[in-house]
Formats: sequence, C-alpha cells, structure tokens
Amino acid sequence: MKSLTKFMDSFGAILLAIIWIAPLLFAFWAATHSTSDAVNLNLLSPWTLENFRVAWSGAPWLKYFFNTFMLVTMILIGQFFLTTLAGFAFAQLQFPGKDFVFILVLMQLFILPEVLIVENYAMVSRLGLFDSILGVGMPYMASAFGIFLMRQAFKGVPIELHEAARIEGCGLLGILWRVYVPLAKPTYLAYALVSVSTHWNNFLWPLIVTNSPDTRPLTVGLSIFGAPENGVDISIISAATLMSVAPLLIAFLIFQRQFVQSFLRTGIK
Amino acid sequence: MSAHANLERRRQAIYGWLLLSPAAVLLTVFAFYPSIATLWSSLFSRNTRRNPTEFVGTENYADLFADPTFWLVVKNNLFYAGITIPVSIFIALSMALWANSKISARGFVRTAYFTPTVLPMIAAANLWLFFYTPGLGVLDQIGSVFGLPSVNWLGQPETALWAIIIVTIWKEAGFFMIFYLAALQTIPEDLKEAADIEGTSRWTYTRRIVLPLLMPTTLFIAVNAMINSVKLIDHLFILTKGGPSDASKLILYYIWEMAFAFFDAPHAAAITVLVIAVLGIVAAVQFLYLDRRTHYQ
Repeated sequence: MKSLTKFMDSFGAILLAIIWIAPLLFAFWAATHSTSDAVNLNLLSPWTLENFRVAWSGAPWLKYFFNTFMLVTMILIGQFFLTTLAGFAFAQLQFPGKDFVFILVLMQLFILPEVLIVENYAMVSRLGLFDSILGVGMPYMASAFGIFLMRQAFKGVPIELHEAARIEGCGLLGILWRVYVPLAKPTYLAYALVSVSTHWNNFLWPLIVTNSPDTRPLTVGLSIFGAPENGVDISIISAATLMSVAPLLIAFLIFQRQFVQSFLRTGIK
Repeated sequence: MSAHANLERRRQAIYGWLLLSPAAVLLTVFAFYPSIATLWSSLFSRNTRRNPTEFVGTENYADLFADPTFWLVVKNNLFYAGITIPVSIFIALSMALWANSKISARGFVRTAYFTPTVLPMIAAANLWLFFYTPGLGVLDQIGSVFGLPSVNWLGQPETALWAIIIVTIWKEAGFFMIFYLAALQTIPEDLKEAADIEGTSRWTYTRRIVLPLLMPTTLFIAVNAMINSVKLIDHLFILTKGGPSDASKLILYYIWEMAFAFFDAPHAAAITVLVIAVLGIVAAVQFLYLDRRTHYQ
C-alpha cells in the first residue's frame, strides 16, 4: 500500500513536470526541424540547424544581446549604489523625517512602475532620454524593494563592529564600505540575480521607450521579429526564442541552487 | 557633553539626508511626481489641434464608466485574477508537496517546475503560440488524433482569455512553489512522526497540520499573485493583442493601447488612477496583515 502511494506520487510529480517543460521541448523540436516536419511531428525526420541560421540573419541579435546586457548592468550598478546609501541611512542613522520618508518608500512598492507608463514616458522624453538605454533603466534604479532589502541586511550587522571601526578612526562612509557592504554580500548576490532576471525579461516599458535597433533589448526585438505581420514561420520563431532565452536558461541550469535561494531570500520579507 | 551629543545628532541628520538624496530624487522623478501628475492629467481634456487642453473635472471618469469596453476589460481582468490566483496557488502547493517528498527524479522535477520562471513572458508566449495555432498547433494535432475538430484557441472570444490564463499559470506556479517549498522545510519532522504514531492518514495530516502552517505563505503568495494579475500582460502582445473583439483585453494592456495606440492620455491617466487606488487597497490590507503577524512572533 505504502509503495503504491509512493509510486503514484512519483508518477504524478513526473507527469506534471513533463507537462510543464513540454512547451520548451516542443520549441526545441520545432527549432531543430524543418517547418513541415515540425508541425507533422514526424519523429524520424532529419535534424537541422537551418532555422537558427535564418533566425540569426533575420534581425540584429548581437546588438539586441548587447543592449540587454548594457541595460541590466546599468540598472544593477545604479541599484547597488542608490539602495546601499539609502538602505544604510534607513538602517543605521537617526534623522528627522526618517519614518515619514520610509513610509513613502514603502508606498512605492505598490505603485508599480508598469502602471505609471504614461507619465514616466512623458518624464523620460522631457529629460531627453527617449530611445536611450539609460531612459529604459532609470525608472528602476531607485528601487523601493532594493532599499527595503538593504535596510534589512544592514540592520542585521552587529553594532559592535560599527563601534569598533569608529574607534579605529573610520569615517561613516568608510564604515559603510568596509564593514556593512562586505557583510551584506549574500544579499547583494541575491538581489543581483533577481534584478538581472527581472530586467532581462522586462518588455512593456522598453517597448514604449525604445524606438530603434540601437537601443532595443532582446524581448522587444523578439516580439518584433515574431510579429505575424512579418510572416515568419513557427520553426524560425522557435529558434529565435530559444536563442534569446539561452543565456539566462543555461545560467539557471548551472547555478540552479543559488538562483532558487536568491529568489527565496529576496521574496520573503 | 550635551554639546557633543547635539553635534553628533546634527551630523547624523546631514549624513542621513545626503545618503538618501540620490534615491529620493529618482523616486520623486519616477514614482511620486508621476503618480500626482497622473491624477492631475486625468482631470483635463485631451489636447487636439482644434481643442486645447482644458479642465473637465471628473468627465474622463464619467466617460470610462459609460464605456462598455471599459467594463468588459474590468470584467476580463477580474476573471483573469479570479482564475489565475487560486489555480496557480493550488498547483504551486501540489508542486511543493511533491518536490518536498521523497520521490524519484526529484531534481528533474524541481527544475522542470521552476524553469518557466526564468523565461521572459514574450518567449513564453512564443512557445505557447506553437500549441495554440489552429491546424498546425500541438493542441490541434493531439485533438485530431482523437478525431476532434480544429479549434482556433486564440481567435474566438470564448477561448482567447482562457488561452492567456493558461500561459500565466504556467509562468507563475513554479515561482510560487519556491515559497511553499521553503515554508515546508521549516515544519518540524516530529509533527509528521507524531501523526504517524497516531495513525493519522496522510490527507488528514496535510489538511490539519501542513495547510494551517502554510497559511502565512499562502497569504504572501496571494498578494503577489494579485499584483501579477495586473502586471503580467506581455503575452497579450504576442498571442491575442486583446482580441478578438476585446475578449482577452486586460487593464494594463488597455492603458497602453489608450495612451500609445490611440494617443488618449487623459483617459489612460484616469484608468491608471483607478488601478493605483485598487493596488493601494491591496497594500493597506497587506500592511494590516503584516502588522498582525508581527504581534504573533
């Protein structure tokens, strides 16, 4: 009886797992076969890399990859800088108006940048940042979520270390740089993974703010490439899709454990 | 001595505001000011060549409430939330219970569940396009084996929103599983042993012990799923573009379309204000809940 339920458990779990990765498997199948073989699910048909070649030459992918890479790097650097300073101020300094400002920051957690697209677009245009990678990244840099996260991390640092560094003659910024930042390394790593995967995958805002292949990130490029108006067939769309998700997917498969733990660390407040 | 303390206090105040200022400037420019500007511009008429902008009060809101498309979009989004939230929570819980039990191929199972989470929504939509395409798609191929007629899943009003919903559930269930998995690992082993000694069935153990202990996680996930039901609309751009005849149009897509396809910023602003109001209520509820939880700790 017990082994039967165990078998049923394994069976159900594996069945669901197969259903869950089926879309990826089918895309892989379609990308490596000619369109007619792919749609007929002809299992004995020959494999081909032709679709990847056609997809690759159909759009400036290298440029898109580069743009996405620049975008996530820029956002990450901006976020590290701004949230470290602000998180430290909220965690370890006493100043008038602190609680009020902190509540304002928490409010931003719920005013999603996605919802404010209309006014943020106007703001980015006013600043002359329309159709620039900086324009795509800037609204995300002062992340309320990141500030909250760094504040929590810095609050966990023992005050004795702070005092010791001060007695040694370290200034406030020196203490932040030499004591707090090194101790918060795991939080930085977790935040980096979440931030990179979020912005690598972001679509709506870059769609609005970019207008040329020179600034367009992968997701927007992929959506334009696959648009039905372009009449690209399913095998080639699958090849392009796999190509654009490959870096993140491979990174995920290699660093799976860290990835999952990062999502956990940043998710549970 | 008090002069020294005073100096220290002033020093901290200066440093505090200095460290805060870069983030404060950006938050003001890209969150607070736009929120207020949205509210403000929702009270003015649209700027056209013939009629310059003028103050119209709540007229934009009145227009929306009189517009059947607006109500259809609201209804769609409520339906979208009403299905995706409970179903993805249920699937996430099943996944976590399985991924946490001693089954064979556990590593593979966990990876498979979590993989959709790292894909962009646009890529997910492209993958599912291959399933849904009439005639050629995988679903139709499977259907034809059983002699079922070809269905245009994305092209008919009855099924388009369902097709969108399935992609969303597929994308987010694995993400929510992670939170359940973490919570499950904090449940002490002795509870299971005690239940075994008492001869409790597995179902009773799950229902009476595991589920109540997972309640805080469930609430956390529910709030996230609620926010996602506003935010996750990228796949609409690939799969349906809100059609056919608005049957799968969701609020954020509607805002985008209003502002960037019809260039009607005031009405887009009015919808945005309504969405922020709803999100604000969700936030308030969560803060109250978080407050209660800290009392228990």
